[in-house]
Amino acid sequence: MAVLKMKFTQQRRVRLAQGLWLLSWLAVTCGAFIFSLGVYIKIELLRRDEVMENKEIHCVPNLLMMVGLASIGANWVASRVCQDSLDASRFPRWKVLLLLWFAVAALLCCLLLTVVILSYALQGRLEESLKVGLRNGIRFYKDTDVPGRCFQKETIDRLQMEFRCCGNNNFKDWFEVQWVSNRYLDFTSQEVKDRIRSNVDGRYLLDGVPFSCCNPASPRPCLQRHLTDSRAHYNYEYQSEELNLYSRGCRQALTDYYMSLMNSTGPGVLSVILIQISVLLSMRYLQTAVEGAMALESPEGESEGYILEKGVKETYADMKAKAVELLKFAQVDPASDGEGGEEGEKEADATEKAATPTPAS
Amino acid sequence: MVVMKMKFPFQKRVKLAQGLWLLSWCATVAGATTFSLGCLLKTELRRRSEVMDNSDIHIVPNTLMIVGLASLGINYFASKICQDALDAGRFPRWKNFLKPYFAVSCFFTVLMLLAVIMSYAMKGSLESSLKAGLRNGIRFYKDTDTPGRCFQKQNIDRLQMEFQCCGNNDFRDWFEVQWISNRYLDFSSKEVKDRIKSNVDGRYLVDGVPFSCCNPSSPRPCIQYHLTNNSAHYNYDYQTEELNIYLRGCREALVNYYMGLMNTIGVGVLSVFLLQGSVLVSLRFLQTSMEAVAGEENTEIETEGYLLEKGVKETIMEYLDPVLTFLLLKNQVEEGTTGETPATT
Repeated sequence: MAVLKMKFTQQRRVRLAQGLWLLSWLAVTCGAFIFSLGVYIKIELLRRDEVMENKEIHCVPNLLMMVGLASIGANWVASRVCQDSLDASRFPRWKVLLLLWFAVAALLCCLLLTVVILSYALQGRLEESLKVGLRNGIRFYKDTDVPGRCFQKETIDRLQMEFRCCGNNNFKDWFEVQWVSNRYLDFTSQEVKDRIRSNVDGRYLLDGVPFSCCNPASPRPCLQRHLTDSRAHYNYEYQSEELNLYSRGCRQALTDYYMSLMNSTGPGVLSVILIQISVLLSMRYLQTAVEGAMALESPEGESEGYILEKGVKETYADMKAKAVELLKFAQVDPASDGEGGEEGEKEADATEKAATPTPAS
Repeated sequence: MVVMKMKFPFQKRVKLAQGLWLLSWCATVAGATTFSLGCLLKTELRRRSEVMDNSDIHIVPNTLMIVGLASLGINYFASKICQDALDAGRFPRWKNFLKPYFAVSCFFTVLMLLAVIMSYAMKGSLESSLKAGLRNGIRFYKDTDTPGRCFQKQNIDRLQMEFQCCGNNDFRDWFEVQWISNRYLDFSSKEVKDRIKSNVDGRYLVDGVPFSCCNPSSPRPCIQYHLTNNSAHYNYDYQTEELNIYLRGCREALVNYYMGLMNTIGVGVLSVFLLQGSVLVSLRFLQTSMEAVAGEENTEIETEGYLLEKGVKETIMEYLDPVLTFLLLKNQVEEGTTGETPATT
């Protein structure tokens, strides 16, 4: 009992071939779209490379680029097969390649689905990576004279201004590190000496933030120093002041940005999966219908197309038997002389069983 | 004396018509490009309209948009005409259409060139518009509680951060205005009272700048206040400090930005102008060479094509006469015209 059997007249076969040719070119453009999407996401991730600690999230765009290229190739092959399908002399040469093509196309659909799942699943890893990267960035903010770290200040400043965020979790992260370099501290001043003595590590800590945390939407000029001291500024209340600095943390801002980027690509990728599956199914129908027509006495007659010749369970059992037989062929060779007779019969049986499905698959 | 006479055998006419058809479709695409360039420029100018005092500069993108739309029409008709040109039965119906068509097309093509020239000529107007607009923006920076001016602070801050500039000419413009609102000044403090007494208008002036002037490339945390006082900050020299705040003025930054944009657009529009001109010249040659064929039995004879039948001056007078008589006719007394016409003819 074949799965999803359909009758195909010559007209219908021709229409199917033409429709599939168009569909496969559409799928080629979709593959190019997936590739460019992968390139775009990769570039966006590389731009903020300095505040990310590891590159695990890069597997999403890498996978998208690979799948895009592979699907361009596979769908181009599909269009060539369609062109040859109605020509009885040229179609048979695609026989073996089609098995491989079906496997590749199914693999591509699975990979695309994996990408969609990964883009949600890796959110936690991305947050971790950003947490560590930003913590380092804030710690090395003052080291503008240390080679390898001299750009951290500019990177963090531009990041906070562009994403409208301050600090790692919030602006209080700046209170816990010394972000003013010792080169610019007057160690003879009483204030500096007091602050340095007030903590164990001898760091110059203050309740202030860099200028890049300032919010332009605030109605008053930005207050950067003595933030926790309500008396240090006129008409200022630390607890209720909301607009003075950015209230969001940069980790939250960056995670939101990248998640929204990858979520917005979700519907596009899902529709590409649907297109690829429809190409796969149409190709299967075309293959079975054309092969059925070639086996008929009059090639222009009606033939049947199906997805699987037998039911799902039987096809699975057949494939298992074939795989086992291939393994046997690979293993048995040296010992085949002595037991050749018995084994030869068994092999003959196995090859007969294997031979019956082959004309259809 | 004919201008630029050329001989056109039949084959050459056919090639001219085919080439012109392709060229006119290229010119249609070019016209659409001109329109979109005009839209782009207009959008960019409107984004910064709050720091511009007048909208005089908008004439450049408006002209580009008009010319782009007109050239779509011109080239559409050009392609239609050259499709009919080789068919002796269908070409004559374009006869009366062609004279006004050429007049209108030349006008719009010249307008394209004018738009490019204007984009260079109006640099001074743009600068003075920006000067006045930025001066107002800096003056009203503190008025975040006044309706109509409450967004000036945000605009100026974002402008300075985006264009990496400070003040109108340079950062010293901030020393001359009070940019801190009275709502945030403690009038009981001695420092505030001293500063207010120190100038005639009773304004609170500081030698400091807003945070948006700070340069992220500076190796030290930004110094915003007491900029002219070397002893206020450790290891700081006002005269030699370069990276602390942006040294460029916003007027210069914006003028450079818009001039760069208009130069790039100008190059594109010039090439579209050349393309459009070549379409019109080829169409004129095709028209004159096909007109000589009309009425002949053998349509494959060699004919002559030219640009202008008479000289340049006479052709211009020929085109201007109907316009002038139309304008003068309104003022002329009717008896005078009836008396004069028998004498002139």
